Amino acid sequence: MTAPAEPSRFARGTSRVPDLIFRSGTRIFALVVVGLLILLAIQLAVSGSQVFRTFGLSFITGTTWDPVAGVYGALPYIVGTLGAALIALILAAPIGILTAIFLSELAPRRVAMPLTFAVELLAAIPSVVYGLWGIFVLSPILKGTVEAWMIGAFGWLPIFAGPPFGIGLFAAGVILTIMILPTIVSISREVISSVPNNQREAMLALGATRWETVSKAVLPAARSGIVGAIILGLGRALGETMAVTMVIGNGEHIPSSVFDTAQTIASKIATTFSEAQIGLQTSALIGLGLILLVITIGLNIIARLLVWRASGALGDGPA
Amino acid sequence: MSATGATVRPAAASRLGRAALGRRRDVNDRAMRGLAFAAAIVCVTPLAAVIAFVTINGIGAFNLDLITKGPKALGVGGGALNAILGTFQMVPLASLIAIPTGILGAVYIGEFAGRRSARLIRFSADVMVGVPSILVGIFVFTFLVLPFKQYNAFAGSVALAVIMIPIVLRTTEETLRLVPGALREAALALGVPVWRTVLSVVLRTGLAGILTGSMLAFARAMGESAPLLFTALGSRLVNVGNFAQPMDALPLFIYRNATQPNTTLNQQAWGVAFLLMVVVLVINVSVRARSAGRRVG
Repeated sequence: MTAPAEPSRFARGTSRVPDLIFRSGTRIFALVVVGLLILLAIQLAVSGSQVFRTFGLSFITGTTWDPVAGVYGALPYIVGTLGAALIALILAAPIGILTAIFLSELAPRRVAMPLTFAVELLAAIPSVVYGLWGIFVLSPILKGTVEAWMIGAFGWLPIFAGPPFGIGLFAAGVILTIMILPTIVSISREVISSVPNNQREAMLALGATRWETVSKAVLPAARSGIVGAIILGLGRALGETMAVTMVIGNGEHIPSSVFDTAQTIASKIATTFSEAQIGLQTSALIGLGLILLVITIGLNIIARLLVWRASGALGDGPA
Repeated sequence: MSATGATVRPAAASRLGRAALGRRRDVNDRAMRGLAFAAAIVCVTPLAAVIAFVTINGIGAFNLDLITKGPKALGVGGGALNAILGTFQMVPLASLIAIPTGILGAVYIGEFAGRRSARLIRFSADVMVGVPSILVGIFVFTFLVLPFKQYNAFAGSVALAVIMIPIVLRTTEETLRLVPGALREAALALGVPVWRTVLSVVLRTGLAGILTGSMLAFARAMGESAPLLFTALGSRLVNVGNFAQPMDALPLFIYRNATQPNTTLNQQAWGVAFLLMVVVLVINVSVRARSAGRRVG
């Protein structure tokens, strides 16, 4: 790779007119990406500002969403979003990290290759197909097995109280787990692979077992990158729309237990935006979107910085 | 490590202790390696389950009407021709916008940009990938639907393009890095202008990688429904070529039919899901199969 050595591959001194035109032409296209991101943020902020002007911070803390009365409070959807993402994170983080360790450190190449491929394909399946599968296959299974069992065993705890609907916050969390696993696995795997080999060799030479090598030499070195991978997964879980909309049950209240129906910010927008009255109601929905945007962009910036730092020079190596 | 610490103990105790410790370490090692293997299995099981169920239910629901007819004007029944034609109009138009934009943007980062601006653009692209796609839908709605007071397929294509651009840009840019600098120098030494060097040497050399990225972005756009909800909206009518009007898409069709309490409609959703999944997986498998060997290990 020759790139990092010089600031740019073609010297700035080129004086030929066609080259200058080409250069500035490509620059415009490159700036489109930056421009779109800025424009998107500004546009959502402007269109969503009306609801914040009307309700101030009580838009975030309010629990009533009533278009007829003209009252908008976002708390049920914020709780729904965080709840579903949290369930996904609790399930996906350990499974994802262990899978990444298995694929990059423990498995022989002929096992690791097809499994890695399968994990990549997991990310390729469209969200709406997961949603369809979630409605008709996953939720009935969850209802009869995990949910019934957990309510039986832990039902005395309010957050595990029944009845099991199948559809609801928990089903959404499980679907999200499946959808964010590829993100966590593939990025963790890359970060773990970029830990220098002499770290492993030193541990093995001291007589450490394979697992001790992984847990005491490799993981500490890859820690910040793995945290980044998990945060990226979290960001994806917070913003995922279709599959969640289809299995969360669209309940317009703060969920009382993990098996209750709920609504995330994204699913609320998806189910109501096209029928909303232009004005305060659309502004309220865009305001919800703005909250989601701020959270996901914030998480993405933190995560990218962590991953870039862990896998080498700041974005100059493959990230 | 604890093993070396054990040697300072009295000899007998140490031998016993070390053996026990060794066994414990060994058991722990095996247990954790087994756990990691189990996690990997848990991780890929849903893939098998989704493919199996969609295939079985989808083939069961598949018939010729599904791909040759639009939905019946009244009642349920008919097919998904509206969705099939919609996807294969909106996604190509989105590609026409996104692929050149992404490639030329990547050329700027890879060939001309200084380090700081390259970093900024790369970072923006990565953050853009993380923006929830439903917000892209709202964003395009405010520009291309609200002013005309009309949901339209063009807005749908633009929304899909916004999602595709950062993907194409990042994959192309990573491919261009692998093009040897000597090739550029050779062309320049022959007196070839920079723009021709880029177009016919650099991009030509990286063509395979650029195609990979573009095809993956295409497949991704085919499966996106959230950005279309408030732009193309979806439609029960077969719309050919009228981008000023609402248009349907495969994922929108699945969403609508899956969420209604009607078995016939649900069956259609499975059939269309099978169709969509096969196309998306075929693109992904054929494109990734070649590059997988390079990426692992």
